[in-house]
Amino acid sequence: MAVEAGKRAALEGTVDFQAILKEAGLAALVAFGLAISIVGVRTVTIPGGLGLEYRWEWVVIAVVGVFLGRFALAYRRETRSPGRRAEREEAMDRIGAQVQRMAKVAGPLLVVLAIALPWMPFSNRYIVDIATLVVMYIMLGWGLNIVVGLAGLLDLGYVAFYAVGAYSYALIAVYFDLSFWICLPLAGLFAATFGVLLGFPVLRLRGDYLAIVTLGFGEIIRVVLLNWYEFTRGPDGISGIPRPSFFGLPFSRRVQEGEQSFHTFFGLDFSSMHRIVFLYYLILALALITNLFTMRIRKLPVGRAWEALREDEIACRSLGINPTNTKLTAFAIGAMFGGFAGSFFATRQGFISPESFTFVESAVILAIVVLGGMGSQIGVVIAAVVLIGGTELFRELEQFRMLAFGGLMVLIMVWRPRGLLAHRDPTMLLDTDSPSATAGKSSP
Amino acid sequence: MSVATAETANHDLTIPSGARALLTVEHLTMRFGGLVAVDDVSFAAGDAEITAIIGPNGAGKTTLFNCLTGFYKPTVGRLTLDRGEKQFLLERMDDFRIAQQAHVARTFQNIRLFPAMSVLENLIVAQHNALMRASGYTVFGLFGIGGYQKAEREAIDWARYWLEQVRLVERADDNAGDLPYGAQRRLEIARAMCSRPALLCLDEPAAGLNPRESAELNELLLYIKQQHKIGLLLIEHDMSVVMEISDHIVVLDYGRKISDGTPAHVRADPAVVRAYLGEEEDDEIPAEVAADLAEDQDPGADGSGEVRGG
Amino acid sequence: MEYFVQQLINGVTLGAIYGLIAIGYTMVYGIIGMINFAHGDIFMIGAFVGLIAFLILGLVGITWVPLALLIVLVVAMLLTSVYGWTVERIAYRPLRGSHRLAPLISAIGMSIFLQNYVQLLQGARVRPMPPVIQGGITLMETETFVVQLSYVQIMIVLVTVALMAIFATIIARTALGRAQRACEQDRTMAALLGINVDRTISLTFVTGAGLASVAGILFLVYYGVIDFYIGFLAGIKAFTAAVLGGIGSLPGAMLGGLLIGLIETFWSAYFTIEYKDVAAFSILVLVLIFRPTGLLGRPEVEKV
Repeated sequence: MAVEAGKRAALEGTVDFQAILKEAGLAALVAFGLAISIVGVRTVTIPGGLGLEYRWEWVVIAVVGVFLGRFALAYRRETRSPGRRAEREEAMDRIGAQVQRMAKVAGPLLVVLAIALPWMPFSNRYIVDIATLVVMYIMLGWGLNIVVGLAGLLDLGYVAFYAVGAYSYALIAVYFDLSFWICLPLAGLFAATFGVLLGFPVLRLRGDYLAIVTLGFGEIIRVVLLNWYEFTRGPDGISGIPRPSFFGLPFSRRVQEGEQSFHTFFGLDFSSMHRIVFLYYLILALALITNLFTMRIRKLPVGRAWEALREDEIACRSLGINPTNTKLTAFAIGAMFGGFAGSFFATRQGFISPESFTFVESAVILAIVVLGGMGSQIGVVIAAVVLIGGTELFRELEQFRMLAFGGLMVLIMVWRPRGLLAHRDPTMLLDTDSPSATAGKSSP
Repeated sequence: MSVATAETANHDLTIPSGARALLTVEHLTMRFGGLVAVDDVSFAAGDAEITAIIGPNGAGKTTLFNCLTGFYKPTVGRLTLDRGEKQFLLERMDDFRIAQQAHVARTFQNIRLFPAMSVLENLIVAQHNALMRASGYTVFGLFGIGGYQKAEREAIDWARYWLEQVRLVERADDNAGDLPYGAQRRLEIARAMCSRPALLCLDEPAAGLNPRESAELNELLLYIKQQHKIGLLLIEHDMSVVMEISDHIVVLDYGRKISDGTPAHVRADPAVVRAYLGEEEDDEIPAEVAADLAEDQDPGADGSGEVRGG
Repeated sequence: MEYFVQQLINGVTLGAIYGLIAIGYTMVYGIIGMINFAHGDIFMIGAFVGLIAFLILGLVGITWVPLALLIVLVVAMLLTSVYGWTVERIAYRPLRGSHRLAPLISAIGMSIFLQNYVQLLQGARVRPMPPVIQGGITLMETETFVVQLSYVQIMIVLVTVALMAIFATIIARTALGRAQRACEQDRTMAALLGINVDRTISLTFVTGAGLASVAGILFLVYYGVIDFYIGFLAGIKAFTAAVLGGIGSLPGAMLGGLLIGLIETFWSAYFTIEYKDVAAFSILVLVLIFRPTGLLGRPEVEKV
């Protein structure tokens, strides 16, 4: 109907204002229905029970806003030529391709910039801290991107692996007093094992079932962490998690007799910045490893099989690809990187509790992957910088953060279902100059 | 070929040309709740031969394919694939194992490519298992150890060979989803062949093709049979494809086998005519069908040779 | 024994609430084959709308409980349905025919949005409501234990049964029900036969939201406290109920709801209350693995 109206308008050069007004009016009516209850009236706690507060002006604003917005949208639609959606998709795909191409040049540059960041003149403790946080989410985003972007498995409980990583690191470090460099791989291994244990029964499920089971799994992990007091110390959390050392040299001010710390070894004055910068480099290195790994595995058979499974599982099965095992590797590898990030989180904070591993975390990481463009490595970077860096800079808007994330996820899906910067370059090209194939007859 | 009674004909396992049986289907039955889609069907398909399965809509052809390739587990029946050195009981295997171990490849009625991946990648994914081994199940490949590079080059060469056969070399780096319909059909066949099958099952490969493309398809299928000496099992509505290239035809109707033999035998079988045209008495084939069938016998369709161009 | 009977009563009451939410999941799944992740939050919004309506009625002076309850139910069903309709229109309809992850992600986004929308507008703290219906019938009595069937529980079961009856009639007898069943079978064919598919899907969301809002009010009256987060857990459990009963099957949703309510209650009563949510999830996983069609669902043949 809309397309037809658009064609008519394009042909006649006129716009049917009456129809647009009617449409905007209906939208306003719906907005009124939505706003009258939840927006217009607020329940407040008063002595002796609940009272009400009225905000009718907000209802008016909402209704007028929706009316004008809908009117503007409808007007734009009527006056533009139809078939715009395809054009827009193409334009966005071109932008995605350009960003991808630029990333090949800009990528190393960004890495150099990231390495230089702590030494910049404007740099201070606060900036390095935020950068550390951003890079941590970039790493989580890249980890989840393997599962969601490449293998097409919607994992809504990614935080579970992050939690498993953090808790295994913390428990091993606290109970067995092992160093960070031993605990880190162990934590990753534990997380991957959890991925396999969860994945094995559920990965043969349909996509949407998988989503809700992983969501449930994320909750189970949290509930267990909360209630298994003897093991995890429940809501009290685990404190006193050892900080990472610089290959055995601790970052401590006081040094015990006969031992050395980072600053005495290198003959520096003690500065708390040393540890902060070290943590930043640590997560940067971990993130870069994640990225290198992903780039490399995309070009290996298993990476291609992930993408093929995302595209058409039945076709994969007809070609002899074991779907469960292939998905399982994606799940386990994604979990492993989540586990690494979790142990980094634990060592950075020095304290962890189940509070840090709610569904909201999973949602934030998913939002980074989705907004950046599923499967796009550079997209994750941009999304993490904007979403995490942005919200850190605008602290006062903190309470609107999740509202905006949720809204953005819907908008991006409606507007560009494969993600904002989604663009896929083939993992190999046919070299057409080389001599013709030598492969001739071959027995099956 | 003697005319057997209806009772025994149903379980006739002879192959008209006397070729070695590559696939033997015995007493295959598939029920969905109360519906019997395939009802006690037996036949054999020869090695290095084209066997066609024809029948009106709803005769159970695709269901039979899905049983063969493991997507459905048959209610009753034995499906044996005999590759000479090794036998496989397909009804006991998972779908992906049938492709992986017994080397049965298939195409789909509604084309199933990997649309967001390039044409070349589609063909490389088809060689997944060999490449997985070459990459040391990812571990060695990740660190660049071992012969993965070489294996990948060979895989690309093999893919290029099939791209040449289906005339898609120029489109190798385009997304499979962007190809026109006929090219997608050809690519699907090339992809199946890239997995080096012993038996290739084609589910209506000529559906939606124009006459020229259809003739090219005939060439391609004959070429596969002659050059690669594998068995082809073909479901087809298009009589021009079936009659011209098949060595052996099995006719299904309402899930039962009603005829089995050479194209000439099937064409003359009154049961087949009845199934296709309703209750005609078996005295004479109607004029237009006869004409149609006669036309199909003419092998000189143009476009020959182009299939293998390049 | 007395303890068991008491748990049985509690379980059935809880199960009725889950069942009402589960219907929304199962209907939407039946017609467009997706999990409406935001459905739990629609339930939560229904509870808030109900709370506001109760408070307003209290201020106006309508305190006769049956009348107040009726008004609240009708008002909340109407206003929550608008939310159901809007969610479908904004987040799902534009994505029909898109790749398969898109509607799921959109639904997750919608769920996150609605939770934070209510949190911002109504506050993050728990909202308590004074009990509307008090008292009950004592069924059994021993020296140590009293089995109580409260009026609230009777009301919840009665409302649920009445709604189910009305709803079943709508599906079986009316043009809307026929259109809906037709769309479930084959959307393209239904469209060719002149059924307005978009409108049928919209109405499915509207009815689902209406039933969820009733569940929200029953939850509010039963427990007396709500917050913006109740939709998350209730949603997952109701979804589990829908899967257990056989997704796509309406009697299955009700049966699944009852079973989940009973399992959860007995688990809390006889094992540990802390892990009651784990029980529901475990059932979900077990059902999906061993009997993905649920108890009353039709087997789904994979289309190749």
